[in-house]
Amino acid sequence: MTEQQIAEIVELLENAEQENRGIVKITDQHPDLSIHDAQDIQWAIRARKEARGTRIVGMKMAGMNPNVDQAHYGFLADYCSVPQGGEINTKELLHPKVEAEIAFVTSEELAGPGCHIGKVLAATDFIVPTIGISDSRYQDCEIDLASAIADNASASRFVIGGRPLLVDELDLRTIGVVVEKNGSVVEVGAGAAVLGNPAASVAMLVNMLAERDQVLPAGSIVMTGSITSAVAVEPGDAIIAHFQHLGDVSLKVV
Amino acid sequence: MDKKLITQCGDELYDALINRTTVKPLTDRFEDITIDDAYYISLRMLDRRVEAGAKIIGKKIGLTSKAVQDMLSVYQPDFGYLTDDMVYASGAEMPISTKMIQPRAEGEIAFILKRDLIGPGITNADVIRATECVLPCFEIVDSRVEDWNIKVQDTVADNASCGLFVLGDSAVDPRKVDLVTCGMVVEKNGAVLSTGAGAAALGSPVNCVTWLANTLGEFGISLKAGEVILSGSLVPLESVVPGDHMRVDIGGIGSASVRFV
Repeated sequence: MTEQQIAEIVELLENAEQENRGIVKITDQHPDLSIHDAQDIQWAIRARKEARGTRIVGMKMAGMNPNVDQAHYGFLADYCSVPQGGEINTKELLHPKVEAEIAFVTSEELAGPGCHIGKVLAATDFIVPTIGISDSRYQDCEIDLASAIADNASASRFVIGGRPLLVDELDLRTIGVVVEKNGSVVEVGAGAAVLGNPAASVAMLVNMLAERDQVLPAGSIVMTGSITSAVAVEPGDAIIAHFQHLGDVSLKVV
Repeated sequence: MDKKLITQCGDELYDALINRTTVKPLTDRFEDITIDDAYYISLRMLDRRVEAGAKIIGKKIGLTSKAVQDMLSVYQPDFGYLTDDMVYASGAEMPISTKMIQPRAEGEIAFILKRDLIGPGITNADVIRATECVLPCFEIVDSRVEDWNIKVQDTVADNASCGLFVLGDSAVDPRKVDLVTCGMVVEKNGAVLSTGAGAAALGSPVNCVTWLANTLGEFGISLKAGEVILSGSLVPLESVVPGDHMRVDIGGIGSASVRFV
């Protein structure tokens, strides 16, 4: 793709996000969009935001269920953060879904290639329980990998709740999660649903960043991917995710 | 159903269990069969096992997950009896090729009681007080009904589709673990197969034991000190064949493994 074409798609996608307007997926018009092109688009959207003063606070991993998806990453912008117990406004979102995730907060820079779980744990300040809100900017719900990457892995909002814990005495694989919607249990799972161990998701991210000569800076939040299936929400819904050892995260949908 | 028919159905299921054969669904043959009829049939099947020398060591609770309840359109659990010939230690070889018909594995939390629980009127606090410890458990369910083609009466009559079970070798005081959020990871042949958490069984495994104590209490049956109670699956059922190896890990409780031969 030409630089001109990439620039047009960047503008289209970022405006769609800012104006909360659904668009047809990129690959409908550009069936030859490569994964590399799609990453170029995501990084250009990120640069556009940073140029306007937006702070990138971390990264998210998506597509962690190998049976249905392929792993990819997106970035987290400062305005995506919602306070614990806070509201997400459906007027600002197209078709939001919520996912229970364990997030890592790093204390040191992580660089690949060759990053592994050991390096990740050594560079982890603490982990926290989170609810990630994903929201594709595409009208079509059937999204291909390249379109998803260009659209920043459907990153939309995130809530950090519960309590931070050190990783040294935790078995990340068996941390259980129970998601309730309006008082009923709708999803359950455990940490191993993400690549067998959520720390593996951080290592994968770092190695993917290395392919673009990028590192994960100290102080980054990394949402490691959903432990449960995504839950669609609508105005009036209340969501709470209970994490073993890590406490609860909640939000209201208005 | 009259007594004679109940005895006949119980005998038929007992023979199927012993001979590793299946029967046509009772609900196809007896349209008016009730859940109460089905429990009497299961008791006849149990009597035959006890006559043959089996010793009752506990009870299991089934139909506790939303997925299974939706599948059978039944919104209450059921229960069956555990006997001494069903239990295996963690790491053991389980001879499903000679003992079972169409086995499926599910990961659960087992309760070992130190006091009797006599319902009705039992609360979750009573259950925790009466529990010596909880252990990781694989229950290998089986059906004596052709192709698992069951309605709720079929599984109740068939001892709640009980088969064999494996207890892990770490036991934890129930006051020291969050049984609602404890995570479960099930691996099959070295790969993660499914994950779940305590809340998958009626909101909490403790709710399941409380339900059983109160339900049996109405029939004058108590849960007894020393009994093992299997509280219901936290993950989807998985068909298994000889050669498979499975492992379950539960956060804060421990693990259990089994090799199928």
